[in-house]
Amino acid sequence: MKKLINEFLKGIVRENPTFVLALGLCPTLAVSVTLTNGVGMGIAATFVLLGSNVIIALIKGSIPERIMIPCYIVVIATFVTITEMVMKAYSPALDRALGIYVPLIVVNCIVLGRAEAYASKNSVSNSFFDGLGMGVGFTLALILISAIREFLGAGTLFGHALIKGFEPALVLGMPPGALLVIGLLLGFFNMLKNRKA
Amino acid sequence: MNKLIVSSSPHLHNKESVSKTMWVVAASLVPAGVAGVFIFGLSSLWVIIVAVISALATEALIQVLTKRKVSLIDGSAFITGILLAYNLPPDVPLWLPVVGSCFAIAIGKQVFGGLGHNIFNPALVGRVFLMASWPKYMTTFIQPLNAGVGFVQSMNYDAVTCATPLALLKEGKFAEQISYINLFLGNRPGCIGEVCIVALLVGAIFLFIKGYISWHIPITYILTTGVFTWIFGGKGLFAGDWIFHILSGGLVLGAFFMATDYVTSPLTRKGQIIFGIGCGLLTAVIRLWGGYPEGASYAILMMNAATPIIDRYTLNRIYGTK
Repeated sequence: MKKLINEFLKGIVRENPTFVLALGLCPTLAVSVTLTNGVGMGIAATFVLLGSNVIIALIKGSIPERIMIPCYIVVIATFVTITEMVMKAYSPALDRALGIYVPLIVVNCIVLGRAEAYASKNSVSNSFFDGLGMGVGFTLALILISAIREFLGAGTLFGHALIKGFEPALVLGMPPGALLVIGLLLGFFNMLKNRKA
Repeated sequence: MNKLIVSSSPHLHNKESVSKTMWVVAASLVPAGVAGVFIFGLSSLWVIIVAVISALATEALIQVLTKRKVSLIDGSAFITGILLAYNLPPDVPLWLPVVGSCFAIAIGKQVFGGLGHNIFNPALVGRVFLMASWPKYMTTFIQPLNAGVGFVQSMNYDAVTCATPLALLKEGKFAEQISYINLFLGNRPGCIGEVCIVALLVGAIFLFIKGYISWHIPITYILTTGVFTWIFGGKGLFAGDWIFHILSGGLVLGAFFMATDYVTSPLTRKGQIIFGIGCGLLTAVIRLWGGYPEGASYAILMMNAATPIIDRYTLNRIYGTK
């Protein structure tokens, strides 16, 4: 049990996919404009990670070595399609806001990376908690980035204006703002890590 | 006893130091600032003061937080503050220079490791950040007060907003009424430090005579912009109003005081000429075909990014090697 909790926790801080492994930066940069988008993207990716990790851990013994990656992609694509359809049905506004980045979860390197590096070598329960931890870590990173960008770039959080008379710095809502915020946060977390070491 | 001094090379030193250079450059910027305050009224003086103070404060704060030596005395943060203020419209709300200076020093300079390590000109980083974040304030210019009675007039009414000559040109409304002599003297709407060409030239000539800047970057920069706008700026080829293009916008300020920044420009003469031509081409292209009316700041930043490559390919041959 302790090991499972450890598998879960490592994705949040020690091996955070965004700030430590620097995986999946493309959707992070693109969708972190608003907090709603960030949370939506995080939950979608977590669901896909969880599903694909479990299925791949289940079938890892029966796929031939040479077609491993195509098989992973098929499994991942299945879960992405489910996510996309659910999102289209129950939250069309979020689907429109995230746009192409929902189907692109298929090629999100966190998902394939965990399938390849972890689920294909570990048990189902370990893979489940690994996927959950990575997903939560990714979601938390997205929440942090998109909260900073939405607050400073538009003056709102979840679309609600917070401070009267606050003049938002428009650049943070634009692509350069994403690179700036992620760069500074990466630097900050590296600094914390170096200080601890 | 021992009359021979044993030391490693270099053996010839002169009395120049980083801080002396910086303060001389700061002094050479004074005429343009005085002219700007004279032209646009006291509000621009406040912008300059606030920008300088917040640049110094940010520098000191970061150096204290990162436990480095506080080096306000070297004057580089002072210059960043001045240059940033010179790149702002005269009537901006005062929080704008504060944010701009903090960003310029923190992100433009200290994140890279402080003076000498920054790849981009910090003042321009600050300006471009403000431009992308608060375009409303950054593109609201005021009419120059009439020279002579300026300070009296500024008390009667706040300001008359209007477009810069380059912005008018971009909209297709060429400002015929602004003569070359008015452009030269700075009697036109624009940023605080960029308008008075004659004051900028006084500072630049001072730096030339003292040997702090060489002709390689500024002259090639201005000439390239002039030639390019002469060829492509008019209705047909070779019909552009190149004098207008040289005298308007931030070209002169950028060419003499920002493109020549030692840290972010190439080291060799050959490289500096390439740098100047690149800046000139980019400025002219942005002005003639780009989305913004003025491109000097973007041109210099882009060439800053190209500086390491230019340096790599323009190494001087060391005597005795192939």
